[in-house]
Amino acid sequence: MENREVVIEVKDLVKSFNGRVILNGINLKVYKGETLVIMGGSGCGKSTLLRNMIGTHRPDSGSIFIKGNDITKLNESEFDKIRKIYGMVFQDAALYDSMNVEENISLVLCEHTKLDPDIISIMVKMKLELVGLRGFEKFMPSQLSGGMRRRVGIARALAMDPELVFYDEPTAGLDPIIAGVIDKLILDLSKKLQITSVVVTHDMKSVFAIADRVVMLYDGKIIAEGEMSEIKNSEDPRIKQFITGSPEGPIQFLQSGDGYLDELTK
Amino acid sequence: MLNFIAAIGKRVLSTLSQIGGIFILLKATLFWVFIGPFIKKPISYRNIFQQMVFEGVNSLLIVFFVTFFTGIVLAMQSAYQLAQLGAEMYVASLVAVAMAREMGPVLAALVVAGRVGAAITAELGSMQVTEQVEALQTQALNPVRFLVVPRFIALMVMLPCLTILGVFAGMVGGYLMGVFSIGINSGVYIDITFKFLALKDIYTGLIKSVSFAMIIALIGCYMGLNAKGGAEGVGRATTVSVVTSFIMIILADCVLTGIFFFSQM
Repeated sequence: MENREVVIEVKDLVKSFNGRVILNGINLKVYKGETLVIMGGSGCGKSTLLRNMIGTHRPDSGSIFIKGNDITKLNESEFDKIRKIYGMVFQDAALYDSMNVEENISLVLCEHTKLDPDIISIMVKMKLELVGLRGFEKFMPSQLSGGMRRRVGIARALAMDPELVFYDEPTAGLDPIIAGVIDKLILDLSKKLQITSVVVTHDMKSVFAIADRVVMLYDGKIIAEGEMSEIKNSEDPRIKQFITGSPEGPIQFLQSGDGYLDELTK
Repeated sequence: MLNFIAAIGKRVLSTLSQIGGIFILLKATLFWVFIGPFIKKPISYRNIFQQMVFEGVNSLLIVFFVTFFTGIVLAMQSAYQLAQLGAEMYVASLVAVAMAREMGPVLAALVVAGRVGAAITAELGSMQVTEQVEALQTQALNPVRFLVVPRFIALMVMLPCLTILGVFAGMVGGYLMGVFSIGINSGVYIDITFKFLALKDIYTGLIKSVSFAMIIALIGCYMGLNAKGGAEGVGRATTVSVVTSFIMIILADCVLTGIFFFSQM
């Protein structure tokens, strides 16, 4: 395990917003070819962690290495070189509204490569075939359903043949069948194309389907990290509660009654 | 009392940070207009062209409409005053100079701020809240180069063009009023118009309209790219963008007119 190539390494990452600490000393490694799932409840900081890894947020302290480059110390143009080796799938796909499916996928190829338009159009067809949407080139994002948009988002993330793909809640808000299709797609891509995947999700069904390794985030800290089987059999009550989805347990979302009366009668 | 002072302080700070943000955006925009294309990547001409059509060509009718009727109004109002001096024929020069130096640039800018500035903020704002701007960033496509620069260049070219057309439309309106209603001889009207309308009247108007274009594009893009909080946030950003643009256009107009006035331009 330890001798596998490390693609991403996060060291002592701290990030706060308006004085509220969201991430409090995160240490994390992502190995080549694996699918790492970062799970945790809403507001635990998992999206913030992802945004730090893709560089749209800068951390307060700590460092993030992608293939040995500390991205927290790079300037924009150096970072752009790193950005070309990864793809990102956004929660609601974030397709460019003003462009059709083909333009959405080919934009990055037209901008960053000197390929012939004919070749680019063939590549777009190949990417769409991968996600099962060939023939939809001329559709606008508004004409597609949620699941289709998500799949176009995946095709767009794959446009530059990245070795690393980030997914932000890829199955959120989809019906169970489409969610299953997306899970299978993520699995297929990482096996067929040897892509390293980092998936942020709170959908346990999806975690069981795709994860090689799981990191559980709670209150800005990593409380568990390990192979899927270890997490499944974990004795930690917080993890058990998260997997079963029980409202009763150590993770409290309901406010306790203390001081309630005082506050009402103040 | 302390709360009151704190609230004012907070407001001042946020305004200052917005002004700072707009200047940072201006710097980045100028970089991608003048330096970026030569050392990095060129700007997409297709994008600029699309924006020119939207910002300029599609604003033609409304700018024409507003300035044409303002020309007519100016002719009537000045005829009312000049009639007391028996100098109605100077309606011609008054309309021409007022349109070229003041009304043309300002009216065109206000119309464009309402139409184009609002559209820019709404579009970029909804791109921001639906993560499309972030998506551009992760694809190593600089949002300033990709979204701001085409809108900026297109407006810098198109607003002066609209202004020239607006000035002309206003003068036509004044001419129609002056000749067919006030009863000034057509030849005299045209003669007086060109006798008093100097080249500097035209170019001071154009200097104004270039500055207004900069204000509209920068404020529109800045407010859009900094929109937060879903649909409501986009709506708020759009309102703030249009109101701020209006105020800044009038302020800039006052300052520029002062500069031209005191430097005898």
